Amino acid sequence: MEEVKIQNPPKKYMNPYLAGVLLGIVIILSFYFTREGLGASGAFKRGVAKVEQIIIPSHVESEKSAFYHYVKNGKDPLDNRLVYMIIGVFIGGFLSGAINNRLKLKLEHSPKITSKKRAIAAVIGGALFGIGSAFGRGCTSGAGLDGMAVLATSGFVVVAMIFGAGYIFAWFFRKLWI
Amino acid sequence: MGPLFNAGEPWGLVTALVIGIAFGYILESAGFSSSRKLAGIFYGYDFVVLQVFFTAAITAALGLVFFDYFGWLDLSAIWVNRFYVGSTIVGGAIMGLGFIIGGFCPGTSACAAAIGKIDAMLFLGGFIIGVIIFDAFYPLYEGFYKADNLGPVKIYESLGMDREVFLLIFVVFAIFAFWATAVIQKKVSEKSNKY
Repeated sequence: MEEVKIQNPPKKYMNPYLAGVLLGIVIILSFYFTREGLGASGAFKRGVAKVEQIIIPSHVESEKSAFYHYVKNGKDPLDNRLVYMIIGVFIGGFLSGAINNRLKLKLEHSPKITSKKRAIAAVIGGALFGIGSAFGRGCTSGAGLDGMAVLATSGFVVVAMIFGAGYIFAWFFRKLWI
Repeated sequence: MGPLFNAGEPWGLVTALVIGIAFGYILESAGFSSSRKLAGIFYGYDFVVLQVFFTAAITAALGLVFFDYFGWLDLSAIWVNRFYVGSTIVGGAIMGLGFIIGGFCPGTSACAAAIGKIDAMLFLGGFIIGVIIFDAFYPLYEGFYKADNLGPVKIYESLGMDREVFLLIFVVFAIFAFWATAVIQKKVSEKSNKY
């Protein structure tokens, strides 16, 4: 039996240039108020460091760990602005989804591939992004967007590499998307 | 004159939460919660990533320079990421590969997971695995990770230009990219409509 219920359709996305100007203003305000810009990957690294601090403190509290500086001198890795920021990103994303009727549990994928294939690709892509953003000292937002906003060389290089590599590898992975 | 707080102060943390909410709201509203929309930039069917990303970058870059002119913000006091040549280049390339396979980056996957996208939740799970892998084998590449630190160097210094000249070129380049990608997107969608 099909449920006969008229659902509100998802609303249209915001104009990309308007979204870009608003995002730019948010970045300016972030630097103006807090000295630092946006960031997404840092909170997850700190989350990992927190778990390691609890279960394998001998590892993370030594020079062997990449996250030693998060926990040095008994510091709590979660006591950081980036952790608050990522909580905000989840709240803000959820609010926009709720207001625009886009809240839906769904595994999105190209009709030409199976859900399973998309799921595996998402995990592998995520893992690569995790490794890459560690080397890059930030991700698309923390290293790329912030870096371009403050005209840092590292920001422009990281953006050129992310999109450059994306275009180079796009042909090999086209079946995932088109 | 800004910056008003240090990032670690209580007010800095509260501000970070509010900034994060605005960040997530804008990303989701612009369609960054859909991996298929994000991947469009690599196949020419949707350039929303480029449009939002570069508009935000030129808005923020111009805004920060004007804040400096007006004496509202001390640009020498804000955080500028250090340029570790090899690590930044390799990290960027691995992220590009991760982007084309996974369809998200960390910020976009967080706001996509927040509206119920299971592929975004899996991407985040993978991201955490990647971070653990990086940490587990850290001593192997610690030297490379810390090598060639050029410090918080600016792009106009690297190119030997005036800041204002670089900004002008950056804005002109972005506008050209907006125009060129609009043409490409139109052609690609006309082509795919034939099938």
